[in-house]
Amino acid sequence: MTKNKRFWPTLLSLVICLLHILPFYVLVTTAFKEVADLSSKWMFPGYFYFGNFLDAWKEAHLASAFRSNLIVTVCSIVLIVAIGSIAAYPLARRQTGWNKFIYAVFVSALIVPPLTILVPLYKFMVDIGGMNQYWGIILLFITFNLPMTIFLYTGFISTIPRDLDEAAMIDGAGRFQLFFTVILPLLKPVTATVVILSGVAVWNDYQFSVFFLQKPELRTITVALSAFFGQYTSNVGWVAAGSFMGAIPMTLVYLFLQRYFVNGLASGAIKG
Amino acid sequence: MAETKTMAVQAKPQVRTPETAWARMIRSGAMLNLLYVPALLLFCVFIFYPFFKGMKISFTNWDGYNLDYKWIGFDNYKRMFQDPEIIKVIKNTVIYGVGSSVFQNIIGLLYALFLNMNIRTRGFVRTIIYLPVIISSLIMGYIWYFFFQYQGGAINDILLLFGDQPANLLGDPVKNVWIITFVNTYQYLGIAMVLYLAGLQSIPRDYYEAATIDGAGPWKRFVHITWPLIAPAFTVSMVLNLIGGLKLFDVIVALTNSGPGYASASLSSIMYLLYFGREDAGYAATIGILMFILISIVSITSLVFLRRREVNA
Repeated sequence: MTKNKRFWPTLLSLVICLLHILPFYVLVTTAFKEVADLSSKWMFPGYFYFGNFLDAWKEAHLASAFRSNLIVTVCSIVLIVAIGSIAAYPLARRQTGWNKFIYAVFVSALIVPPLTILVPLYKFMVDIGGMNQYWGIILLFITFNLPMTIFLYTGFISTIPRDLDEAAMIDGAGRFQLFFTVILPLLKPVTATVVILSGVAVWNDYQFSVFFLQKPELRTITVALSAFFGQYTSNVGWVAAGSFMGAIPMTLVYLFLQRYFVNGLASGAIKG
Repeated sequence: MAETKTMAVQAKPQVRTPETAWARMIRSGAMLNLLYVPALLLFCVFIFYPFFKGMKISFTNWDGYNLDYKWIGFDNYKRMFQDPEIIKVIKNTVIYGVGSSVFQNIIGLLYALFLNMNIRTRGFVRTIIYLPVIISSLIMGYIWYFFFQYQGGAINDILLLFGDQPANLLGDPVKNVWIITFVNTYQYLGIAMVLYLAGLQSIPRDYYEAATIDGAGPWKRFVHITWPLIAPAFTVSMVLNLIGGLKLFDVIVALTNSGPGYASASLSSIMYLLYFGREDAGYAATIGILMFILISIVSITSLVFLRRREVNA
């Protein structure tokens, strides 16, 4: 009786999964097929042809794209965490009228996408020589991820009891020292959320990288893939293999750390 | 409060020597505000300055390169509201925003309710459905391209199997807008689902038990317990997905590149084409301002409206 009751929901859940995996199935069949093999994309090739992967890797310059992605993502994340966490501390602990206003300014930027200022931003980046420079795009990524970061850190620091601060102050710690020795070590859980949210955003970014990193040797994965696909639209095998390789790193990280991904998102958003 | 007072005292011109003023600043904790200066600086340089600059550019006929341009007042704005292409693009943008968030929320909620029934495979299903969220939407667009492409597309293969003509789905200026909405919905409905799941799991079981004892059926329990208690999740999910859909860019580039013509463009993708393709920077900046206004109005009103509903429910 109970067994039967659980059978149908389980089956339904597997059908839902199947529907959601479908695009990835077609991606795999397409990526492993030889160019001459014109069978339907629904058909599994029955063999594994790696030529598409080798060609796409070489033609799309994915090696240098991966390096670019790593440099940009790691630098951005480190600086986002550093600048965001220190900024949140006074905003959470010294709630003067002025600081409340500053906090509102930071958080209001959450609603408006930075893409709306693309035209003036592009001109400004040309003026300051930040075009086709890693530091240029990294500064942009830091700025655009700060609202979410400051929002999360400020919320988290507010939940840390003030008694802790006072105890440390009595022990003679200065306010700065207090932050680095007492508060900072407590921020690990929220830092994990910030790293994941901003890491995914920066790693997958296309809309800014395509404008500010146009030089072939600086291109990130998404920009390299879009340039590659523009050239070889008809060669779907290459396109599929390129997409496959582009999606793999994030997917692996996600599968290993998925608890953090899913919980981080939920905790970050619900408090909003 | 005590801190504010010390600040006020400090502001009076009773500074004796620089050292003591400095020491006082440190003691009152005002120095702590230095910690947000780097963040504020970045904001001013990369958000506020460009924003005001953009307002200025929107009143000119700048081409994006030439230093020689004219102040043309509200011409760009007038042109925008008379431009049938832009009207269509605004319509598309609203479909991308409202359409995807409605679908994402309905499907996401259904999935969450289903998974909340202690399904054995819950963890696995959640992993699969959430997976596209962390993949680049450009790549997700390319993956779906294999389904909708004209020659050898997976959907056309099915049509051929049933003896139909293959359809040029992405070339159809009405269908492709909905295809893009569909792909965006598919990719991000995991966010709605996870938010609803978290909301559902925070509801104490006794509420349902008490209601069942009082004779409430599943529908009544949903309307009177579940729905009001997941209202915060609904607000967040609705607003997040609305903003995500209204600024849609990557998927459009991957699937149709805004075409045919500008038929499937969103405000962000047409802004890109106008600026880099047609060298119409003044006009593109005006569209940026329109997008800013549209997204702020939609997200702020929906946030306020939904928050108020939360309280009343």
